[in-house]
Amino acid sequence: MERTEEKPAGSTHTISLLVENKPGVLHRIAGLFSRRGYNIASLTVGPTERADYSRMTIVVRLSTKTVEQVVRQVQKLVPVVEVRELVPQDLIERELMLAKIRTPERNHAELRALAETYEATIVDVSPDALVVEASGPAGKLDALEERLRPFGIQELCRSGRIALERGFKTLAPPSIK
Amino acid sequence: MGKEKITGAMAVRRALEAEGVEVVFGMPGGTILPIYDAMFGCERPRQVLVRHEQVGGHAAEGFALATGRVGVCFGTSGPGATNLVTAIADAYMDSVPLVAITGNVATSLIGSDAFQEADITGITMPITKHNWLVTDVHDLPRILKEAFYVARTGRPGPVLVDIPKDVQNAEFEFEYPETVSIPGYHPPVREEPRLKDAAALIRSASRPVLYLGGGVRSAGAHQEVREFAELLDAPVITTLHGKGAFPETHPLCLGMFGMHGSKYANFTVQGSDLIVALGARFDDRVTGKLSTFAPEAKVIHLDVDPAEISKLVTATVPLVGDLRRLLPQLTAEVRRVFAEQGRPDLAPWKRRVAEWQAKHPMRYEQAGQKYLLPQYVVETLWRKTGGKAVVTTGVGEHQMFAAQWWKTTEPRQFITSGGLGTMGFCLPSAIGIQLGRPGELVIGIDGDGSFQMTLQDLATARDLDLPIKIFVLNNLFLGMVRQWQELFYENRFAQTPLPDRPDLVKLADAYGCLGLRARTTEELDRVIDQALAHRDGPVIVDVRVRRQEKVFPMVPAGAPLNDMIDGE
Ligand SMILES: Cc1cc2nc3c(=O)[nH]c(=O)nc-3n(C[C@H](O)[C@H](O)[C@H](O)COP(=O)(O)OP(=O)(O)OC[C@H]3O[C@@H](n4cnc5c(N)ncnc54)[C@H](O)[C@@H]3O)c2cc1C
Ligand SMILES: Cc1ncc(C[n+]2csc(CCOP(=O)(O)OP(=O)(O)O)c2C)c(N)n1
Ligand SMILES: [Mg+2]
Repeated sequence: MERTEEKPAGSTHTISLLVENKPGVLHRIAGLFSRRGYNIASLTVGPTERADYSRMTIVVRLSTKTVEQVVRQVQKLVPVVEVRELVPQDLIERELMLAKIRTPERNHAELRALAETYEATIVDVSPDALVVEASGPAGKLDALEERLRPFGIQELCRSGRIALERGFKTLAPPSIK
Repeated sequence: MGKEKITGAMAVRRALEAEGVEVVFGMPGGTILPIYDAMFGCERPRQVLVRHEQVGGHAAEGFALATGRVGVCFGTSGPGATNLVTAIADAYMDSVPLVAITGNVATSLIGSDAFQEADITGITMPITKHNWLVTDVHDLPRILKEAFYVARTGRPGPVLVDIPKDVQNAEFEFEYPETVSIPGYHPPVREEPRLKDAAALIRSASRPVLYLGGGVRSAGAHQEVREFAELLDAPVITTLHGKGAFPETHPLCLGMFGMHGSKYANFTVQGSDLIVALGARFDDRVTGKLSTFAPEAKVIHLDVDPAEISKLVTATVPLVGDLRRLLPQLTAEVRRVFAEQGRPDLAPWKRRVAEWQAKHPMRYEQAGQKYLLPQYVVETLWRKTGGKAVVTTGVGEHQMFAAQWWKTTEPRQFITSGGLGTMGFCLPSAIGIQLGRPGELVIGIDGDGSFQMTLQDLATARDLDLPIKIFVLNNLFLGMVRQWQELFYENRFAQTPLPDRPDLVKLADAYGCLGLRARTTEELDRVIDQALAHRDGPVIVDVRVRRQEKVFPMVPAGAPLNDMIDGE
């Protein structure tokens, strides 16, 4: 018989939640993750197509617990209307990055070219600093970050992942459609 | 119900009336005064004044566990609310339906560190099924309706509604909703229950065991369970909260298993090839070391809470749903399969179980002992009452002696704090039980340490003239901890001996209760008769027991379930 005690080493999962837009909901969810020992790699929350619901995307890193267990525990929270793991092959994920690069003006042209290859834009320019804005899957941003580093990253800010499933499927259950 | 213009406080009263609440336990204070004022003179629900809010919480739990109805307690803001925390946590661990209502400072003061302000919704978030801070009186009827609904449905549990004082005072048009609609509650179960797979597993098992838990009590499914068990004709074991799910006097019943279960019950799970778990959650007190738990067994796990499935032990066939609704379907399916394919031959398995029972019986020997043995006290009580009583306990050795030797035959007859293991539970719970079941004999089996945690509420029991009988198995020790010190800490009794005070007989007298004491078997006989005959208020019996009697068998924490020590 299997015992859930011993699990293979860590894995990362993207969980998407539709929650009631009420005070304290973030606290409830974050509290559940911390007290049950589920490691949050990133968490985003924002409005949806309906004013009374918010959508959260949580990237969770698990070593001993199963993702099914996480989903079921989260589902028990009363303000959580729906929760699902989004599997990588069905997933459109995006993240936003802002990076402030402190570099002399002579490097700006080279930076602009680099930004272009990553479909990033320069959103602020001052004599010795630039702010680069980029979006895309986490892997692309990781790569861009790597390339920017030699220019001197002063400040960097990433939003955490947001995600939707491909195709016509939606998270909202029929009861609230 | 028509509309009427009333205050938020009066709306609380109306809601409690509409919910059919019979009794509320609590203590007033500044921020809950409007609600107490609205309840003034109210006969139903009646108000019970406790001397500590924790007691109010446990009394509401006792009431709920004894009746199956929701327990209700009140507390004022700040310390009143935080005093409820232990009882709420207890109810959360043991799935007890409880509605706690607290006052809070006015909404304009929230967040300003006002006098007696505590963020009780924040504090109780991890120990409630859900909680609400009511900021607009118009939400109050809906929230109260939802609170009762959430507490009692699905897997029962505690909820808390925090109502600021200005919301209690605000006037509005009251109407109590008839229905509840919470989009995130009761998600539809997506999979069809795999009854056929479960029945096939049962048909092919040659060493099955039924594992019954507190879910049978919550579901009120003992009748359904009995039918199922007798159809399978397989051995039955229960958890601490499963006591009463199936008569312990029934030939199939092996009683409690786990850390302090019988050897034969533990050997039976360990040797099984199929575990059918009904409303139980594979707590570490029953599985022992997980990786060695029932190594050859497949598992059918029926539970109303999907998060319990495969949380600790992977279910071969999960069945998610309410026991009372789902189990008869499984029974029907098994009956069909048995009729078609014949019954499995369980005779060799049952012979093995019987051998274990014969070889490793539960036992103790009072004869020749200088002091009373706690096991003997429990058994004598059982004998003298014909087992016809509702029993509740504190936490410790006495609790385990009660679990081992009080043979429970009816549901809701054994009420104890299992998941949190809260000392001080016994007296409050006895109060709640007696109020919920007025005609019945209520017996507390308590410890001297546990009793002292909530004894001030003897006053409450006396106020209400409750004929509860509390037997304190007095070993002048925090016995369960001393037992661990004896076994694992080389008899270093750090802070476990309890001095012989207070004098429980005098204490009972001071509270206007009857106090009795027994040191010998003859005295025990006499005081039990005296206690049972006494109808004028509570009785406290100080039963002096052998100080270092230990609870055996015992599976040391983290050891495999079949590695039991028995002190021989
Ligand atoms: C000192 C001490 C020693 C202990 N030793 C032991 C021991 O030796 N053996 C032992 O058994 N316990 C022991 N306990 C108790 C133990 O800690 C647990 O509290 C207990 O084992 C849990 O019981 P349970 O599995 O029945 O679950 P409960 O906590 O009663 O949970 C009930 C389960 O039923 C489910 N359920 C609820 N309603 C329904 C429904 N309508 N339909 C279907 N499912 C439902 C719930 O979702 C939950 O999973 C001890 C406690 C203490 C304090
Ligand atoms: C509130 C609380 N504090 C501490 C404990 C730890 N503890 C468990 S059993 C026990 C001793 C209980 O003593 P007593 O009530 O006299 O029972 P006995 O074991 O002696 O029968 C203690 C301190 C607990 N369970 N609850
Ligand atoms: Mg003691």
